[in-house]
Amino acid sequence: MSGDNIFTGLAEEHDGDARWAFGTGFTEALAGVDTTLPEGVDGEELARYCQMLGDDALVQAQRLSQWVTDAPELEEEVALANIALDLLGQARLLLARAGQADGTGRDEDDFAYRRDAAQFRNVRLTAAPRGDFARAITTLLVLSGWRLSLMSRLRESRDPVLAAIAAKAVNELAYHREYAVSWALRLGDGTEYSHERMAEAVAHVWPATGELFATHPVEARMAELGVGVDPATVAGEVHDVLAQVLTTATLGEPGPFPEPAVAGRKGDHGPELAPLLEEMQQVAREHPEASW
Amino acid sequence: MTTTAQEAPPGADQARQADFDAKVAANQRIEPRDWMPEGYRKTLVRQVAQHAHSEIIGMQPEGDWIASAPSLRRKAILLAKVQDEAGHGLYLYAAAETLGIDRAELTERLIEGRQKYSSIFNYPSLTYADVGVIGWLVDGAAICNQVPLCRTSFGPYARAMVRICKEESFHQRQGYELLMRMMEGTEGQRAMVQDAVDRWWWPSLMMFGPPDADSPNTQQSLEWGIKIDTNDALRQKFVDMTVPQADKLGVTLPDSELAWNEQSGQYDFGEPDWNEFKQVVTGSGPRNAERVARRRAAHEKGAWVREAATAYAKKHQNSQEVAA
Repeated sequence: MSGDNIFTGLAEEHDGDARWAFGTGFTEALAGVDTTLPEGVDGEELARYCQMLGDDALVQAQRLSQWVTDAPELEEEVALANIALDLLGQARLLLARAGQADGTGRDEDDFAYRRDAAQFRNVRLTAAPRGDFARAITTLLVLSGWRLSLMSRLRESRDPVLAAIAAKAVNELAYHREYAVSWALRLGDGTEYSHERMAEAVAHVWPATGELFATHPVEARMAELGVGVDPATVAGEVHDVLAQVLTTATLGEPGPFPEPAVAGRKGDHGPELAPLLEEMQQVAREHPEASW
Repeated sequence: MTTTAQEAPPGADQARQADFDAKVAANQRIEPRDWMPEGYRKTLVRQVAQHAHSEIIGMQPEGDWIASAPSLRRKAILLAKVQDEAGHGLYLYAAAETLGIDRAELTERLIEGRQKYSSIFNYPSLTYADVGVIGWLVDGAAICNQVPLCRTSFGPYARAMVRICKEESFHQRQGYELLMRMMEGTEGQRAMVQDAVDRWWWPSLMMFGPPDADSPNTQQSLEWGIKIDTNDALRQKFVDMTVPQADKLGVTLPDSELAWNEQSGQYDFGEPDWNEFKQVVTGSGPRNAERVARRRAAHEKGAWVREAATAYAKKHQNSQEVAA
């Protein structure tokens, strides 16, 4: 099917999914990976851990996609949409794993569309109001560096599904961080004005970084079992990278991270999460019986 | 010694014109360094730029639904599609730049309202079914318009179109697949699909431009190989291909005159409301002002970011020179 006949092919009869250029089987991303629970791991607890990492990615993707049609340059539209798409992909796999692990059989959409804000387990920074481009870059720089450190370690997880998801995520996150670094340098060391905006953004985002390295009891147990990563263990590495980037960007050496305190991981969110989710969930909830 | 345009001896233009005409007649490609008549260059700049602008403005009606896509799979599909459109805009601006015009200048022309984009994007997208119908009908009409342009006479434009058409056909399939799924869903979903079809059908037919009798530039563009088929021929082709798809989907196309004509072997169909078309083209459509204002706002809000990038690049270049 090619050339002028592309369009006509739509109504032709085909077997199964052959009608679509790449099939429609997007839901089986974990095909071929051993999904049995590792020995000694509580399924419900693993599910809660997957929700934490999945919600981080989902909420950040939702926030980032707000830049589509509003970015400073077309190249940035493409890049930010691409990053949002990667994170959305990670979220889908993690939430699907959560529904598998806890035995409820809930799918990715059950988690995304049928929970309220208090049931979400993302860190607060992922939901932070969008702000200007400097804030977006600073938030992305911090979150991508943090998640990259977590996912790099998670490749060794005793849960083969988490390990597979992390292996894929690491390549994506390395690009996200590289993109954020390239803009942090340009904004920090660009014009006087962009330097000010970037300095303001770092000052604004920094107080929210403490939470990233606070250990929730579920994370602690998952780490003990060799399934998850204790976020406290990546603080030094993440700080080193940020210090190097911010110094090179002429923004000065950052202070230490604020005192870690669990917030979003226990459902304690800022006021910005509920409206973000409301917008995300509105069509799905208006048509509870519908299939899309 | 190289001969510049100013020093060209009398008759040289005629010789180059003859050479150009022969190439076009033989279906060979004109490349950026080749001589071309000024009218050809201007027409192409306008056509390619309008096409690029259409991709960029076209991100808006569907982009509005990314946040509320009703499943994560649909969200991923839509996000990827809107991202593709930004990419298409980029290829097309690059093709226009080979004609000696700057992308920044074209962006100015768009946000100042001096250059047009496809009127279809001045209609609002009211429900999630619009995402599917835009994919099916609007991308479908775009494909009918664009597939012949893969053979257009200007090389960079033709090559951009090859790539764009492949992605557009994927988008169209995704749109149709969404509609099929919705038609298999609830009564409410089926009603949403029919409503969206009712609203987008006539604007889609208008995407092929005014009737041939009212399209004064068509003849010259056909001769230059910038246009391959007439507006009416493409419109007919689109209708003939779309009717069986609508039947299969189970929706009714909102045209009481639509009927198979045994004699001509084509569908007869009604006349779009060309007064509405003129209004939308000239800026009085439902969303004209909003679409351009949004693009302008993003551009202006981002000025300091682009300035920072330029300043950084300059500093970086200077420091490299010092180091060397």
